[in-house]
Amino acid sequence: MTAELGQIALILALLVSLAQAWFGLAGATRGRLDWMHAVPGAVLGQVFFTLLAYLALTWALVQNDFSIAYVAENSNTDLPLVYRLTAVWGAHEGSLLLWCMLMSFWTLAATRFSRNLPLPFTSRAIGILGLVSAGFILFTVLTSNPFERLFPMPGEGQDLNPILQDPAMVIHPPMLYLGYLGLSIPFAFAVSSLIGLESNTTWARWTRPWATGAWICLTLGIALGSWWAYYELGWGGWWFWDPVENASFMPWLVATALIHSLAVTEKRGAFRNWTVLLAISAFALAILGAFLVRSGVLVSVHAFATDPTRGVFILMFLAFVVGGALALYAWRAPKMPPGGGFKLSSRETFLLLNNLFLVVAAAAVLLGTLYPLFLDALGLGKISVGPPYFNAVFVPLMLPLLVFLGMGPYARWKQADGGDMLHRLWPFAVAAVVFGVTGTLLLGGNAGVMVLAGVVLGAWAIFSVLAEPVDRIRKRGLRNGLGGIPRSIWGMLVAHAGVGVMVIGIAVVTVFGVEREVRLAPGDSHEIAGYEFRFEGTRDVTGPNWDSIQGQFQVTRNGRDVTQMHPERRIYRARPDPLAQVDLHPRLRRDLYIAMGDYLGDDYWSIRLQYKPMVRWIWLGAIIMSLGGLIAILDRRYRLGSGKRATNGNRED
Amino acid sequence: MWRYILPLGILLVLIAFFWRGLQLDPGEVPSPLIDRPAPNFLLQSLHDPEEMVSELDLVGEVTLFNVWGTWCPGCHEEHEELMRLAHEENVRIIGLNYRDDREAAIQWLERLGSPFERSAYDPDGAVAIDWGVYGAPETFVLDHEGIIRHKHVGEITHEDIDQQLLPLIERLREEAEAG
Amino acid sequence: MKHRQSNPVWHCLLLAVVLLLAWGMAIAGTAPEETFDDPELEERYHSIVAELRCLVCQNESIAESNAELARDLRSRTREMLKDGASDEEIKAYMTDRYGDFVLYRPPVTASTMALWAGPAVMLLLASIGLFIALRRRSQMEDEEVSEEEKNR
Repeated sequence: MTAELGQIALILALLVSLAQAWFGLAGATRGRLDWMHAVPGAVLGQVFFTLLAYLALTWALVQNDFSIAYVAENSNTDLPLVYRLTAVWGAHEGSLLLWCMLMSFWTLAATRFSRNLPLPFTSRAIGILGLVSAGFILFTVLTSNPFERLFPMPGEGQDLNPILQDPAMVIHPPMLYLGYLGLSIPFAFAVSSLIGLESNTTWARWTRPWATGAWICLTLGIALGSWWAYYELGWGGWWFWDPVENASFMPWLVATALIHSLAVTEKRGAFRNWTVLLAISAFALAILGAFLVRSGVLVSVHAFATDPTRGVFILMFLAFVVGGALALYAWRAPKMPPGGGFKLSSRETFLLLNNLFLVVAAAAVLLGTLYPLFLDALGLGKISVGPPYFNAVFVPLMLPLLVFLGMGPYARWKQADGGDMLHRLWPFAVAAVVFGVTGTLLLGGNAGVMVLAGVVLGAWAIFSVLAEPVDRIRKRGLRNGLGGIPRSIWGMLVAHAGVGVMVIGIAVVTVFGVEREVRLAPGDSHEIAGYEFRFEGTRDVTGPNWDSIQGQFQVTRNGRDVTQMHPERRIYRARPDPLAQVDLHPRLRRDLYIAMGDYLGDDYWSIRLQYKPMVRWIWLGAIIMSLGGLIAILDRRYRLGSGKRATNGNRED
Repeated sequence: MWRYILPLGILLVLIAFFWRGLQLDPGEVPSPLIDRPAPNFLLQSLHDPEEMVSELDLVGEVTLFNVWGTWCPGCHEEHEELMRLAHEENVRIIGLNYRDDREAAIQWLERLGSPFERSAYDPDGAVAIDWGVYGAPETFVLDHEGIIRHKHVGEITHEDIDQQLLPLIERLREEAEAG
Repeated sequence: MKHRQSNPVWHCLLLAVVLLLAWGMAIAGTAPEETFDDPELEERYHSIVAELRCLVCQNESIAESNAELARDLRSRTREMLKDGASDEEIKAYMTDRYGDFVLYRPPVTASTMALWAGPAVMLLLASIGLFIALRRRSQMEDEEVSEEEKNR
C-alpha cells in the first residue's frame, strides 16, 4: 500500500505544481488577483504531497518492504535504522524524491518571505518555480519511479552501497541539493524581472539573500563531499577534479560571482543584464550537473547508475527551462535601464574583477570537463582531461583574485581613493608577506613559488580583513566601533577570512603532504614526516552488517607515544568487495592517515600511510565562509518578511 | 544585438553536443594499435610449455586474437559465440590466456570445447600490456599480413558477430585474395 | 545497479577479488612498492604515475588504483626509470599501447589547442569586454550618491 500511496502522492504533487505554475504565470499576466492569491495554496499542496511521497518511501525502507525494487536494491534487514532512513537518497530514484521535496521547501520559503514584494512579481517567480518543480517530478515519475514493484519479491535486500553508509554521506546530498535547488530562486526572480522589468536595484536586493542562502548550502555541501571523499575513498585526496565534482563546483563559482555582482546591481543599478545572466547560468549549471551525473555521458567515480533516457529528459528540461529563460533574456535585456555610473577605480570595479576571474574559472572548468565529450562527438579521438590540466589553468586564475579580495572591501563605492587604500592596508600586506615567508620556511626548506604565493595570499586574505575593525575601533572605541559594523560587512569579512584559511590549507597540504605505500608485516614499522608507524598485527571485528580485519598501529614521535590507530579492511556481507576503512588522527596542525590495502600473503599487508599537514584548514575555511554568508543574510536590510509591502524603486536601507 | 543572443547560442551548441554524447560510450577506449602490425611477442603455448607462440603465428590468414581468462565472466558469456565463429564460419582464432592458471585454463577448454587454434600463455600479463589490454575479454581482428584492423572491447554478442565482425572478416578475406 | 559485462567497473571488482585470491601467493615475497635509492627518481616516479589514468577503474590514476593492471604499470614505470628512461619515453610507452586516453595531462596537439589556449583566450576577451564596459560606465553622467552609499 505504501508504494501506491507514494505513487499517487507524487502524481498529485505534479498536478499541484502545474496549478501553481498556471495560477502564478497566467494570473500575473492577466492581472487576475484571485488566481495570484491561489498560488500560496498550491505551494502548500506541493509541499504536502512531495513530503507524503518522501515519507512513503522512508516507511517502506523502515519496514523492509522488499516488494519495492528500490528498497530491495538499497536496503537490507541488517542495515542500521539510521542508514535505512537515509537510504532514501542512497541511489538515483530515491535521491530524486528528496530533490523534489527540497524543491518544494525552497518554494515554500520563497513564498513566505516574499509576502511583502509586489504580488505580480512574486506570482510570476513562484509560477516559474512551479514549472521547475513540475519538470523534476515528471522526470521522477516517467524515468525513475522509486515506487516500482519487484516481482517476485526477494527475501532479502542487496544493502545500501557500503561507501554511503557513513555520517557525512547522510548530510552531504541534502546539503548539496539544497544548494543546487536554492539557485532556482535567483533564477526565478531573474526571469520574473525580465518579464516585469522591475527596477534594477530593488530586484537585486530581493534576490541577494536567496543567492547567499543557496551559496551557503552549496559551499557546505561541496565541503562535506570533499571531506567524505578524503576519508572514505582511502586515497587521502580531498579534491580530484572528477567530472561530478566539477559539476558541483561550476555552479558554486558562478553563484559566488552572482553574490558579488548582485552587490553592484543593488548599489548602482549597474550591470543588471550581467547579473541576470549569472543568475540564469548558476541554475543552468546546477541542472547541467544533474545531467552529467545522471546521464552517463562522462565517466566518473561518483556517478549514479546511468540510463540514457534520463539524459534525454534532463536535456529537454535544460532546453525548455534554461533555453526559455535565455530566449526571454535575448528579447527583454535590451530594454533594461543601464543604471548609474562609477569610476574605473571603485568598489564596483573590484567586484566585477571578482566576476571576471570566477566566471573565466568556471568556463575553464566547463571546457576541461566537457572537452573529452566534444572531441569524441566530433570523432577526433578520446582523451582524458585530469587534475594536471585543471590545476594548471585554475590556480593562476585564483592568485590575482586573492590579491583583489583583500583590496576590494577598502575601495569606496563609486570612486575609490588609491592613496587611502594603500594607507590603510600596507601594514596588513607587510604582515601577510612576513607571515607567509617565515611560515613556509618553518614548514620546510624546498618549498616552491606556488606554496609561497598560496600561503602569502591566504594570509593576506585573513589579515586584510582586520583593517576594517581596527579602523573602526581606532575611530570610535571598541564597543561603538565593532557595533557599528553592519552585519552584511561582518559577513563579507568573515567569508573572506574563510577563503584565506582554505587557501593556506590547500597550499600547505599539497606541497608538504607525505604519502607512502608500504608493505608491512606485524612488528614492522615505517617512518614518515617524523612519525613512526608500528604495525602490531590485526584482529577481527564484527559490525551489524559487516565483518572486518582491523589493523593495530602504534604511532610514536621522537620515542613518545602519539596515538593508536585502527584502519580496517571491511567486508559488507551483502556485497563481495572489500572496502578500506581509513583511520585518522586529526589535529588542526596535521592529520595522520592510514588505509589498509590488500593482504599480500605471508602476514604482509599493503598499507598506505599519509601525513597531511593543515588539511583540516580546507574544510574549516569552507565552514567559516558559510558562516560569513549566514551573518550577511541576517542583515536588517534583507528582512523582507516584516514591514509593509515594498514598492518598486523604494529603497529602505 | 548579438551579445544578447550569444548565451542562448552557447546553450544550444552545448545541448547539441550532449545529444550526440548520449549516443557514445565514454568508457570505451580506442586502441592506438589499429592499422599497425601486431606487437612482437614470444610466449609458451598454453597446452605445451615446449612450444612457443609468437606474432608470426597470426600472419597468413584473417585471424582473431582473443584475450581471455577463466576468471573472466565476459569470457564465459562469449565462449559460445567464439565457438560458432571458429567452427561454423571457419575463422582462425588465436587465444591469449591472460593472468590465469595453466591447469585451470586447460580444464576449462576441455570442459567447454576450444574455439582456439592455439593459445599463448601470459600469466603475468606482460604481453597483454604490449597489446594495450585493460580488461578481458578483448578481441583483435588481424588481416592476412598480421596488421591489426579492429579491436572489440568486452564480450562479443551474437549481434556483434553478425553486424560487425563477419562483414569485416569477409572484407579482409577479399582483400587477401585480391592482393 | 545494472552491469553490462563489458562494464569496466565490473571488471575492476572481479579483477580485484579474483586476482587477490589467485595471486596472493605469487606476489608474496616480492616487494610491491619498493622505493628508489635516489630521491630524485622517487620524485619523478610519483609525478609520472599520478598523471597516468588507470584504464580498468577509469577515474583513478594508476598511482591510486589497486587494480592489477595499475600495479603492473607502476612496476613497469619503475623499471623504465631505473633503466634511465626519460619521462617522455615512459609516457610514449603508455600512449603507444593505450592511446592519449591514459594521459591526464592531454598533450598539446591540433585537437587540444582549444583546450589549452581556451582559458587564456577567454580571460583576455573577458578582460577587454570588462574594460570597455567599465570605461563607458566611468564616462556616464553621475547620479547623486546618497551618504549611506559612500559609507561602506
